[in-house]
Amino acid sequence: MLTFIARRLASGVILLITISVVAFLLLYAGGGDIARRLLGEDASPATVAQKAHELGLDQPLIVQFGTWLSGAVRGDFGTSWFTSQPVSDAILSRLSVTLSLVFGATLLIAVVSVVLGVLAATRGGIVDTIVQVLSLIGTAIPGFLIALGLVLVFAINLGWFKPTGYVQFADSPAGWLGSITLPVIALSLGGIAGVTQQIRGSMLDSLRQDYVRTLRSRGISPRSVILKHVLRNAAGPALAVLGVHFVGLLGGAVIIEQMFAIPGMGQVAVTATSQGDIPLVMGLVLATAVLVVLLNLVVDLAQGWLNPKVRLS
Amino acid sequence: MIDPLAADLTDEIAAATQRSTRSLLRRLLRKPIAIASLSFLVLVVLVAIVGPLLAPHSPDTASAADVLGPITGAHPLGTDSAGRDVLSRLLFATRFSIAGAALALVVAAVIGVTGGLFAGYYGRWLEGTSAWIAGLIQALPGIVVLLAARAVLGPSMWTSMAIFGILLSPAFYRLVYSTVSAVRDELYVDAARVSGLSDARIITRHILTVVRGPALVQASFVTGVAIAIQAGLEFLGLGDLSIPTWGGMLNDGFASIYSDPLLMLWPSLAIGLTCVSLVLLANALRDTLERSGSRRSRRRERALVPPVIEPQPVLRHDGVSRFADGDVLLEIAGLAVGYGQDDGTVKTVVEDVSLTVHRGEVHGLIGESGSGKTQTAWSVLRLLPAGGRIVGGSIVFEGVDLATVSETRMNELRGARIAYVPQEPMSNLDATFTVGSQLVEPMRVKLGLNRRQATARALELLERVGIPNPPRTFRSYPHEISGGMAQRVLIAGAVSCDPDLLIADEPTTALDVTVQADVLDLLRGLQEERNMGMILVTHNFGVVADICDTVSVMRAGRIVETGGIDDLFARPQHPYTQSLFDAVLEDLPARPSGDDRSSSAPTRTPQEGAVR
Repeated sequence: MLTFIARRLASGVILLITISVVAFLLLYAGGGDIARRLLGEDASPATVAQKAHELGLDQPLIVQFGTWLSGAVRGDFGTSWFTSQPVSDAILSRLSVTLSLVFGATLLIAVVSVVLGVLAATRGGIVDTIVQVLSLIGTAIPGFLIALGLVLVFAINLGWFKPTGYVQFADSPAGWLGSITLPVIALSLGGIAGVTQQIRGSMLDSLRQDYVRTLRSRGISPRSVILKHVLRNAAGPALAVLGVHFVGLLGGAVIIEQMFAIPGMGQVAVTATSQGDIPLVMGLVLATAVLVVLLNLVVDLAQGWLNPKVRLS
Repeated sequence: MIDPLAADLTDEIAAATQRSTRSLLRRLLRKPIAIASLSFLVLVVLVAIVGPLLAPHSPDTASAADVLGPITGAHPLGTDSAGRDVLSRLLFATRFSIAGAALALVVAAVIGVTGGLFAGYYGRWLEGTSAWIAGLIQALPGIVVLLAARAVLGPSMWTSMAIFGILLSPAFYRLVYSTVSAVRDELYVDAARVSGLSDARIITRHILTVVRGPALVQASFVTGVAIAIQAGLEFLGLGDLSIPTWGGMLNDGFASIYSDPLLMLWPSLAIGLTCVSLVLLANALRDTLERSGSRRSRRRERALVPPVIEPQPVLRHDGVSRFADGDVLLEIAGLAVGYGQDDGTVKTVVEDVSLTVHRGEVHGLIGESGSGKTQTAWSVLRLLPAGGRIVGGSIVFEGVDLATVSETRMNELRGARIAYVPQEPMSNLDATFTVGSQLVEPMRVKLGLNRRQATARALELLERVGIPNPPRTFRSYPHEISGGMAQRVLIAGAVSCDPDLLIADEPTTALDVTVQADVLDLLRGLQEERNMGMILVTHNFGVVADICDTVSVMRAGRIVETGGIDDLFARPQHPYTQSLFDAVLEDLPARPSGDDRSSSAPTRTPQEGAVR
């Protein structure tokens, strides 16, 4: 089990290193052009050269990367070109907001998908058809479009929620819940559709397995066989799909945060992108990659816990 | 050197595949959903091509006088927040949005299909490398990568969509790779290779035809994703402001969400309907490719009409077993098992089966595969596969008709009174739970034992069934023990709650020859020790000879000959029974005669039976 964890951890670190190298090279390859874009077309070549020198953009790419990397391993990811705020501060101060969205959505996806998937697989008939249609809609229609609909109906017409804004949990737990309810729902619909389909499919596969009949022959009730044995066997593939959707949620959060005016990492990303604040963009890419690697590790551990055979491979 | 004949032949196969693709389109067009979504998509593409020519205004002419103007003759859909004509913008936006999605699709398809073809066809190091790159590309959320790219490359929808195409390429890569590596070793591809066709010709002629269908499905999905993400970016205001797009229009409408919510309607409809059509088309395509789509079997169950079953004569031997005077444990009379078909009819797989099992008696059920013996066994447990049900007759177990008893009562009987030993030991244990927990669970449910008592009893049982180190096996997972051990565990589980009737379905078939005899001995020993009745399903007369008291020979869903084992072995009458004997005699003896198993029963190997 320890070698299993160590191997997953090592592959995660390799992925992180690769992503930082590739991202850095692509982001900083522009060299002097970056300074030109920052200052605008009217700036004189001398000012541009001075700006490039100021930001270290005139050094060879490999040297720039070395500087960045030696800072990064010490936790220093540079400072924003525009606000002079350290990149790590800019990201960490917004991280909790984005994480509460993304984890909330992941939790909602997991719970709703298990309920719907199990119902669709075991009840069949009309229940199955309804679940199929719902997940088709959830798959097909882009999340932000559904979010627009939710805002129109529940925030603007019914007035149940505030259409925009974010309340810190520490300030008011109830207000916090109210402010993230619509965004979390909007964010999770696509994932619910995908994971429900997966659970339904792998439940149907598992239900056909021989051990189900044998368990039933021992007099274990169908409910207990389904919820304890079949669901556990079906959970592996579903968890893998949930992992893939988590990556999608990190991306979706950018759009959702913008729509609901939620001050998370997505907003930082949008601002940094529009301004061309490259150290901040680099930090955001890296932060996202770290989250993805951590999540993959958790998914792998959970797979190992669910299915003892995985621990061997 | 090319063998022209073989080349012709393989080309012919490829042509046949092409023809089937053409008929695929015809089958697809039989589905109303496919027609509807395809029509809508064709309409969208047409609008993208000719729409701008029909636009009444320029999409960019702003007019301060017309800001958020109403629907008028000049502006059929009104004007937006800059006073531009909404209809004209919609027509132009369709062109740009579709072109952007098409760009992403083409980039993704070219990279993904090429990579998949080469990695799948040539294998080796290409496989590992490209799989790793595909994983890397998918490690980050697309929108984050696109934002980063925009920070460097500036806002251009074309650049964004080309980059997004690269990000989407793993979808094609994975699909093509897995299809090709599966086809790579197909005989007809081998034949093409042996006949000297060049790799390029094999790939284009034979492998691409296989990949085409699934790739179309994927293309449909990918286009939907591209449209969604592009609209998302434009909606954020991070798109290309110089051209009208659906997402850009949505952004403009969102800004006026309170004053003019209708502005959001048109781009929303365009995005939503296009994406839904693409997914529906993809689903319809996939269904057509898989030729599946019958999910109706469950609904039909209630409508089953019991089929009319003609009784046929059964050859009965008078010399019954030594248990004939004892308690009758199970009496099956006229049992029929049927499966509902999609057309509403019932296909019977067991007809007019009648047999009796006395307490302490082992009743063999023998026949070739498909003869209905396992279906009969499952009927007694009322655990037929989905779609199957008892359509006639009765199964009386100690006065209760199992064919009609409530599911609750049946579940009480299962495990406690009637137990089951399956055929394939490994697949009948749940791989995700330890052996011990699978033994303990039924005992806690059925016998009301606490965990400690159940564990102690499970360890005793494991000891009894001949497991060398019970505590270790108790803690093991199924994949850590051998097939023979697993079957012993399953037998221990079956007898754990002291059942009166044991249903053993080919309990030794999946085992090594060396352990078959031991497992049979174990079953016979337990059966005698606990005086259980037993139905033993087998296709092997050697097994019947070993442990059965009576035997019924099944063929095509019916019992053709039945009786006490001594008499039936001495005088097999039905030609089918005789042919089964002939089959056994060819590779016997399964066991040496004169074994120590049971002193009261005479040794009954078929050879002896045949000469007696």
